[in-house]
Amino acid sequence: MALLRLDGVRRHFGAHHVLTGVDLEVDEQQVMCLIGASGSGKSTLLRCINLLEPVDDGTIWLDGRDISDPRVNADEVRRQVGIVFQAYNLFPHMSVLRNVTLGPRRSMSVSRAAAEAKGLALLERFGLADKAHAYPDSLSGGQQQRVAVIRAMAMAPRLLLLDEITSALDPLLVVEVLEVIAELKRDGMTVVMATHEMDFARQIADRVVFLDGGAVAEAGPPEEVFTAPSDPRTARFLARYVNR
Amino acid sequence: MAPWQPSDTQRQRIAFRRRQSLRRGAVAAGSTVLVLAFLVVVTVRAPGWERVRSEYFDIGYGRTLLPDLARAFVLNVKLFLVAEVFILVVALSVAIIRVIPAPALAPIKLLAVVYTDVFRGTPTLLVILLICFGVPALQLQGMPTDIFWLGVIALTLSYGAYVAEVIRAGISSVHPSQWASSRSLGLTYSQTLRHVVLPQAIHRVMPPLLNDFVSLQKDTALVSTAGLVEILREAQVNSSRDFNFTPYVFAAVFFIVLTVPLARLADWLALRQLRREQGAS
Repeated sequence: MALLRLDGVRRHFGAHHVLTGVDLEVDEQQVMCLIGASGSGKSTLLRCINLLEPVDDGTIWLDGRDISDPRVNADEVRRQVGIVFQAYNLFPHMSVLRNVTLGPRRSMSVSRAAAEAKGLALLERFGLADKAHAYPDSLSGGQQQRVAVIRAMAMAPRLLLLDEITSALDPLLVVEVLEVIAELKRDGMTVVMATHEMDFARQIADRVVFLDGGAVAEAGPPEEVFTAPSDPRTARFLARYVNR
Repeated sequence: MAPWQPSDTQRQRIAFRRRQSLRRGAVAAGSTVLVLAFLVVVTVRAPGWERVRSEYFDIGYGRTLLPDLARAFVLNVKLFLVAEVFILVVALSVAIIRVIPAPALAPIKLLAVVYTDVFRGTPTLLVILLICFGVPALQLQGMPTDIFWLGVIALTLSYGAYVAEVIRAGISSVHPSQWASSRSLGLTYSQTLRHVVLPQAIHRVMPPLLNDFVSLQKDTALVSTAGLVEILREAQVNSSRDFNFTPYVFAAVFFIVLTVPLARLADWLALRQLRREQGAS
């Protein structure tokens, strides 16, 4: 059974229909890359899965449970679904370690000592142990984004959503963040990531989904989608990226 | 490698900048002296100066009043310190009640809106008169009849409304993405407010908050209208007994000495925040 399944998910803001019926499935330990032009609904889709946006129709199933039901406790779902944003969104008034331990301590009532031990271990593993007591403003963009990923991972989520997390970084810093994602994949993390890094998507994705006009235009293994797209819109979109 | 020595061009630039800042300093000092001298001359040469000096600036007479004025001023400081604590509690509660989306709180929310509207729109002096004379007239059991505490209540009601609005503005100035990333970690609305939003909001509104407290320090004098013998009343009593306005001038100096450090602190915090925000962008 798929860990995450979306059936006909729709979302609109007033007259603007951002998602017009998205269907997709993500299996456990799979990395899925969402590609598509800006405004194709990638971010909105991720925010809906994290329940930061309500859906206007359709159903989201997490591990066989309908989480789009308004009676579901959203806080409890979010503990299992981590999200990392394009603009890092670290808490500027907290040290790196407090950023990382806030979730476990407050929403899972983990003791301070246990949360810090785990947080430090994660920071250590991703080469940020020396920044544990630094404040986000003193870190580079790449470091901040890695902290944001660690902050989400500290909750030990079942599913991790990454919303164009390298788009605000310069090319050299992109590499260090992508390495973190590759490491998470080796650990068997289930990831859904919206990205414009086509080469990386091609290397790491188990499945690539091309969104167009708020719906899935094409989905399949990366070699298929990138080399022999069946939908002409996919081909046109990819051509723009290759000929950049 | 030889240590770096500034090039000739750079040395000329440094010399030019030094000359320029010296010239600027000289112009500033010169114009200040000129303006001050002008003001002094105009005041001293005014036809009524001799009378004003003996009636407003009788230093010798004023000094004999210093102990009484200082004793009365302690009451102002106490009013300020006690009211400040209550104001912060009231303002924080009202601000939180107004932003929190809990349907059960609807009647209290309405009350909070009415409270801020009414007390922000009423002059502090009026609030003091109404509370200090109106509340004792009710003859309620357990209500304080001591003017000091009635004054504290009046100042708290009046300033609580202002400060609540300042804090509420601070809360709404925290970017929605901070809410989103906190909620995405599974924190509830109130946990997010407490751990993520309020600390940033309070930090941001520190300068306007301190400004409100500077003005609170001065407004403690308004409680004199209700008969509390604080420094303004003390000065008034002495002034009408001795037909001399020097006590008022001395009272003013007391307020200035107390408010200037707080005002400077507010300026400094505002400047530091501006620098931080510009540096961060």
